[in-house]
Amino acid sequence: MTEMVYGAVPARDVEPVLPKWWRTVDRWSLSCVLMLFSIGLLLGLAASPPLAERNGLDPFYYVQRQAVFGGAALVAMLVTSMMRPQLVRRLAVIGFGAAFIALALLPFFGTDFGKGAVRWYGMGFASVQPSEFLKPAFVIMAAWLMAAAQDLGGPPGRLYSFIIMVLIVAMLAMQPDFGQAALVLFGWSVMWFVGGASMLLLIVLALMVVLAGTLAYNNSEHFARRIDGFLSPDVDPTTQLGFATNAIREGGFFGVGVGEGQVKWSLPDAHTDFIIAVAAEEYGLVMVGVIIALYATVAIRSLVRLMRERDPFIRLAGTGLACMFAVQALINMGVAVRLLPAKGMTLPFVSYGGSSLIAGGIAVGMLLAFTRNRPQGEIGDILRGRVR
Amino acid sequence: MTRIPLRPLARILEARQKGENPDAIERENRRLRHEDMRDRARIRAEGRLLVLGVMFFCAFGLVGARMGILAASEAEEPRAQATGASIIATRADIVDRHGRVLAKNMETHSLYAHPHQMIEPERAAAELAQIFPDLSHERLLKDFTGKRTFVWVKRKLSPEQMQAVHDLGEPGLLFGPREMRLYPNGALAAHVLGGAGYGIEGVHSAEVVGRAGIERFFDEELRDPAREGAPLELALDLTVQAASERVLEAGMSLMNAKGAASVLMDAHTGEVISLVSLPDFDPNSRPAAPVAGSPGDSPLFNRAVQGVYELGSTFKIFAAAQAMDLGLVTSETVIDTRPPFRVGGHGIGEFENKNYGELSVADIIIKSSNRGTGRLALAIGTERQQAFLKRLGFFDPVPFEMVEAPGGKPLLPARWTDLSSVTISYGHGLSSSPLHLAAGYAAIANGGFAVKPTLLRQDAPQRGERVLGAESAKAAQRMLRAVVTRGTASMGDVPGYHVAGKTGTADKPRENGGGYYDDKVINTFAAMFPAHEPRYVLIVTLDEPVETSGEKPRRTAGWTAVPVAAEMIARIAPLLDLRPDYGPGLDAAPETMVLSSN
Repeated sequence: MTEMVYGAVPARDVEPVLPKWWRTVDRWSLSCVLMLFSIGLLLGLAASPPLAERNGLDPFYYVQRQAVFGGAALVAMLVTSMMRPQLVRRLAVIGFGAAFIALALLPFFGTDFGKGAVRWYGMGFASVQPSEFLKPAFVIMAAWLMAAAQDLGGPPGRLYSFIIMVLIVAMLAMQPDFGQAALVLFGWSVMWFVGGASMLLLIVLALMVVLAGTLAYNNSEHFARRIDGFLSPDVDPTTQLGFATNAIREGGFFGVGVGEGQVKWSLPDAHTDFIIAVAAEEYGLVMVGVIIALYATVAIRSLVRLMRERDPFIRLAGTGLACMFAVQALINMGVAVRLLPAKGMTLPFVSYGGSSLIAGGIAVGMLLAFTRNRPQGEIGDILRGRVR
Repeated sequence: MTRIPLRPLARILEARQKGENPDAIERENRRLRHEDMRDRARIRAEGRLLVLGVMFFCAFGLVGARMGILAASEAEEPRAQATGASIIATRADIVDRHGRVLAKNMETHSLYAHPHQMIEPERAAAELAQIFPDLSHERLLKDFTGKRTFVWVKRKLSPEQMQAVHDLGEPGLLFGPREMRLYPNGALAAHVLGGAGYGIEGVHSAEVVGRAGIERFFDEELRDPAREGAPLELALDLTVQAASERVLEAGMSLMNAKGAASVLMDAHTGEVISLVSLPDFDPNSRPAAPVAGSPGDSPLFNRAVQGVYELGSTFKIFAAAQAMDLGLVTSETVIDTRPPFRVGGHGIGEFENKNYGELSVADIIIKSSNRGTGRLALAIGTERQQAFLKRLGFFDPVPFEMVEAPGGKPLLPARWTDLSSVTISYGHGLSSSPLHLAAGYAAIANGGFAVKPTLLRQDAPQRGERVLGAESAKAAQRMLRAVVTRGTASMGDVPGYHVAGKTGTADKPRENGGGYYDDKVINTFAAMFPAHEPRYVLIVTLDEPVETSGEKPRRTAGWTAVPVAAEMIARIAPLLDLRPDYGPGLDAAPETMVLSSN
């Protein structure tokens, strides 16, 4: 009766957020990321006690911290993945501005923690590495610019994004942090590639990268030593790389057993850059295979889903995020098996590290937001008779 | 793909006629064109995303495969030794003919530094400079405080030095085991052994490689692990070598010579029992090659093997022996040695312009007549002379077991004229090494067989090509014995050992070409003993000797090389187990041989 008088309660034409999220999100990638995070905690249990011991802390101090940061990262990821792409873009562009300024101010307010490169802001309980947050934000920013360039009367977005990229790479290289610089460069190149770069320009860019590498080799002793170490046929077994290789060999197919590994005692970076060696030693090739498969699944599934995407911004941003995520993992593991020259690069979600975890969570959250199922206007194609 | 025109004239005109805004058509067409472009971009992006996906798939697969390969391979202990494991540090000993050690490997330690592990680099540098006076303090300080992470400090340490460094208690100073080559006899047989140095060096091992001499020649064999440490047995006799060196050294200083060489060779087996070249050096710390001056004067230079000299009258016996062997003459045939004797426009003179008149062939050798052997050489002829000298080995470097041997390449006349034949018959115009001469004399001493000199112990006599008839060889031996009993080498007789031999005094050619020095000679005595059954050939050569005990300085071999050789034979013959024989030997002239009495 009431309804007859006052009319029906107006049905909300917007689907509730959570069910819609669950329906549209890429649940495979989501589970892969969750599994990676759990593996990270598991490996942290093995890899970090030696470090805690060295620093005179409770053996599982770093595992606890990892769990706290990981929790925060997961929350950030879930929240981000529920946002609409436009909202993600707005927030990311704001975040980009903040991170860019933070990066630019690093030489004045940053700290190097005695490691020779000013990359962090010390904040008491934790340290923040602005470049970790800048990476995903830059991807969004660049994708926005590139996509805008395709609009009618849009700005010359590719040029703008290129200028921004060069600025960031220069600032990172000055820290020096060639790893992050290379990642940013790579992310931008991939977006440019997918966004329709001409093959000629791509080749020119590749040549420029080679040239820059040669320059860096000739001018940076730090860089040259890494490359020389990589090119020499036999690895000095007393280097981190030698220990890592040996750990993988020790592990064999099924590992030496939980807690039995030795490499974590010799490697200073066992809990970050060389965590894959710890995994290989204690859990064997099986665990390593699982980790590789998880990363590959996230990356390739995302790329395949993005193939259907019609919105240029979403396509480009998703591509950049997915490729950066995958390449970071690839570089980390490639170094451990000596496919690539030694370069400190964390394994996303698995390696220990506060800001890298949270930034990674946000990045993957964005990726999940972009790869959600959404109407792609196929009906328009059908109507226009352009079904392929 | 046809491009959509923005303002198709037909439609514009139509619209104008209908009073519509033609700009709407343009807008519409722009939109269509843009949509079209976006579609194309999307399709291209789809393809490129697929490429990326495949690339990532391959990359992850590659990392996985590489992990699998690593996991399947064998783990090794993390030791820095990995690079040194392939270095074969062992090296077989070198012993003399009686098994006495000439060269052996000894374990020692090297000293290196890891400056990044040092606690007090400044103190370490200062104290190391005290322990090793040859190291510079500034250099060490620079190395230790710089950015280097590895510094070689010292390649070889004595145990005392090692203890002293150990007592510094500096953890950044580390010892690496390594082998070193030790020559326990010091400078003895230095030129034969040559010396050794380090090849590939690692922290835990270093390759010992031969630098010169027999060490270099047999480098591969000595390092061959399949040898299992079996020593290399040389023909050298340590005691004979030592005695030869001491006598030669004394003789060299007594005769004021600037260099000397001797070769003692077994005439039958070709074994070189001792080989001395003075001045010499200590192979334990082989000096660097000289950068200035004549290389022939460097202690590293092996005068017995590398040095080629005009060996003078010692060559005369070859002319005499060949002439007899060819049946041109017998030892009694009388030859006119009076001047003038002109060949190719040059007059051939004698020592101190003597005139020996008419001499038998034997007396030509005994008195050392240049004109006599010159006439013999002309009788033999150039071609036969060349063939004979070639068979004796005077045309090629001696095939000897030392890397330096090919350096001793004889110097032959560019154009072998009659004059060359004549001068070569008395030892001028052809330069050869003392080792060549030893091989030539060995052929006479062993009854006419060519002999290849060797440094390795032999068990049986060589029977090389016959270069001389047994009778001719015997006759030549008699002549050489007579040279000692009543000729130019009268100081060379050693009672009981029947020394036979021939002196040679050759003027040294000027370095810048053009003639010979008046006051610089090479004196040589080529000897064999015992004369009636020669077993050993001894060549003694003195470079620029001068004997000053008389009123005027004497530079003939009879006064310099001969007494040195005699002393040497007196000392080494008993060491060679030769029983002194005081019988007549060859001195009792048989009926067939009547020595000319004038």
